[in-house]
Amino acid sequence: MAQLTLPQNSKIDKKAGKTFKAPAGAKDVKTFKIYRYDPEAGGNPRVDSYEIDMAACGPMVLDALIKIKNEVDSTVTFRRSCREGICGSCAMNIDGTNTLACIKPCEDIKGDAKIYPLPHMPVVKDLVPDLTHFYAQLASIEPWLKTDSAAPTRERLQSEEDRAKLDGLYECILCACCSTSCPSYWWNGDRYLGPAILLQAYRWLVDSRDEATGERLDALEDPFKLYRCHTIMNCSQTCPKGLNPAKAIAETKKMMVERVI
Amino acid sequence: MAKTSEDLRSPLSRARGLGSAKDGVHHFWVQRVSALALIPLALWFAFSIAMLATGPADYFSVRHWVSAPSVAVVLVLFLGTALYHSVLGLQEVIVDYTGGSMRLTLLLLSKLLHAVVAAAAIFAVLKIALA
Repeated sequence: MAQLTLPQNSKIDKKAGKTFKAPAGAKDVKTFKIYRYDPEAGGNPRVDSYEIDMAACGPMVLDALIKIKNEVDSTVTFRRSCREGICGSCAMNIDGTNTLACIKPCEDIKGDAKIYPLPHMPVVKDLVPDLTHFYAQLASIEPWLKTDSAAPTRERLQSEEDRAKLDGLYECILCACCSTSCPSYWWNGDRYLGPAILLQAYRWLVDSRDEATGERLDALEDPFKLYRCHTIMNCSQTCPKGLNPAKAIAETKKMMVERVI
Repeated sequence: MAKTSEDLRSPLSRARGLGSAKDGVHHFWVQRVSALALIPLALWFAFSIAMLATGPADYFSVRHWVSAPSVAVVLVLFLGTALYHSVLGLQEVIVDYTGGSMRLTLLLLSKLLHAVVAAAAIFAVLKIALA
């Protein structure tokens, strides 16, 4: 259900934010305003400002975050792993858009860089959202090849044409940028699967080697699981990998209609 | 803090919830078919009103217009389709933005309102046309 204002304990305490000044002699200063929340400390979240000398920092937002954690404030908490846009760990809301910190250049951000966790998710700490439900939803669509025929003695063959249908789907790294940018997922995320999971579901629906297409469509045909998508397209707009979850969902809806007419 | 029964369920159990309703494609399909039907019907209605407005546009001329069998039939089609499309659309808005007993109450109210308006509007056209 839509929640248009933040609950009292989630509102940002504007007075509590701390400022960490740039070192003396800094040439190219950029301010990073980072959302801070520690459930163990109690109290409301705040936004801390970190002034960083970009002349002594790598180009990406993740470089700046790592520099802050290493050199300025070790309590800043965020997830990161591959630092090259393939693991999806450092998904966060940067400059008002969900994206990966590791492939977002600092110079693309005009003025101060505002960094928040992925929207409308429970916050574990600072920039770390709780994605438990998101991963459980992925598990619920059973994202693996399902067959009833006896296992072949060699690879399962697929035409080049059928293989091409998986392009634009298999590249998804499950960073959750799209799902957490979707208003329908914000309001009904307990039951709506969201763009990331529906793109994964479609990846198995169009796989010519899979034998459970009908079963998969049965599991998706639901006013909430699938039909909360209203083609808002925030998902496709924000995807840091340039994928199009909205199209995958539209294709799934077409398959549903194909079954009944 | 004590764990609630919701906390103790596994994440997968929560994600699966009550399972698929195996429903939704009908709503999706008729919403689009009614939208398609409304393109000519709404254009016809807007054009007809504009034409009426060029004449005397008083009570008697509008009554006379509605009483023509061809007009009455298309008008009934337009009203039925528009209100059907409206009830389907409003259902989506209510489901998106509300939950729990509020959702149920608004869904019932919306259906009642649409049924009453549809019955009254179609009855009014038929009364004029069949008088």
